[in-house]
Amino acid sequence: MLDHPMPRETILAGRLAEIRAKRPHAEPQLVAEVVRAVLTTMSDTLSGPDTALLREVEALGETIANAKAEIAALKVDDITGSHIPFATDELDAIVAHTAAATDAILESCEMLDAVGDTLAGESAKKLQDATTRIYEACSFQDITGQRITKIVGALKTIEEKVARIVATFGPKLIDLPPPLTDIATPEDELLNGPQLPSQAMDQSDIDKLMASFD
Amino acid sequence: MPIDKSMNVLIVDDYKTMLRIIRNLLKQIEFNNVEEASDGTEALAKLRAGNFGLVISDWNMAPMTGLQLLQEVRSDTKLKQTPFIMITAESKTENVVAAKQAGVSNYIVKPFNAETLRDKIEKVLGHA
Repeated sequence: MLDHPMPRETILAGRLAEIRAKRPHAEPQLVAEVVRAVLTTMSDTLSGPDTALLREVEALGETIANAKAEIAALKVDDITGSHIPFATDELDAIVAHTAAATDAILESCEMLDAVGDTLAGESAKKLQDATTRIYEACSFQDITGQRITKIVGALKTIEEKVARIVATFGPKLIDLPPPLTDIATPEDELLNGPQLPSQAMDQSDIDKLMASFD
Repeated sequence: MPIDKSMNVLIVDDYKTMLRIIRNLLKQIEFNNVEEASDGTEALAKLRAGNFGLVISDWNMAPMTGLQLLQEVRSDTKLKQTPFIMITAESKTENVVAAKQAGVSNYIVKPFNAETLRDKIEKVLGHA
């Protein structure tokens, strides 16, 4: 008794798998064009399932080609060579400007304190209360500086990940060093900088926690 | 017992602005003998060379952090009794616990006000 003949779509799928195995780096767009040409020349002789399978392969090739074109359009060189350095430079400038402004405020405040030292009574107290408030407010520069440092770190992580996506799926292979493996010590995990107000403990929470050790 | 405000105080922070702010706030509460260091390494050298009655330190500094400085101070026979206040933006529970376990005398979270600074100094020096 004769075996049942293998369905044609199975044969075609097998052949495509063989081609993929032999030529793993074949350009999907090229494959799609070849399939389209085959479909055109064989349109009169192929059965319904054959045509459907080949159309699927063609669509797959086009999808991959479109994805590669979109990644190419990202202009990753602009992101890593221009946009992110620009953003980090601007952030550095913010830190420098706020530091300079804070220094100027503190210098004036110190002059007021010196004037206060020559006064007595209620006037001296009022002046010192005012300068105290200014000193307290100026600590914003430390907090904003630490927050900006965190943003710069996040931008660098984005830059690395974008480059890696392009290297994997983009139109050309980019030689990248292996990903940095964070070897965080237990103490590194404690360096998180300022928390968002909704997530941070305030001084009274910390006082309670400190008191719980006594 | 009244607090001896003539003692030497070492303030440690990698932000010059913060050093200046803390120095001025200390001056307003009559601590006038204030030295500065910009990280733990410099602070430790100054502590070993001088005679300080109080350390007020930030945490997040390089190469030596405030926590490492605290650990060094507590393991040094000459320095281990020195009152040590941490002033930091690190406000997670695990940070406070780690600092307490390392022997911190008190903990102030940034941004802070002058009243909190005065209150913690009085508490720490009152128990010193």
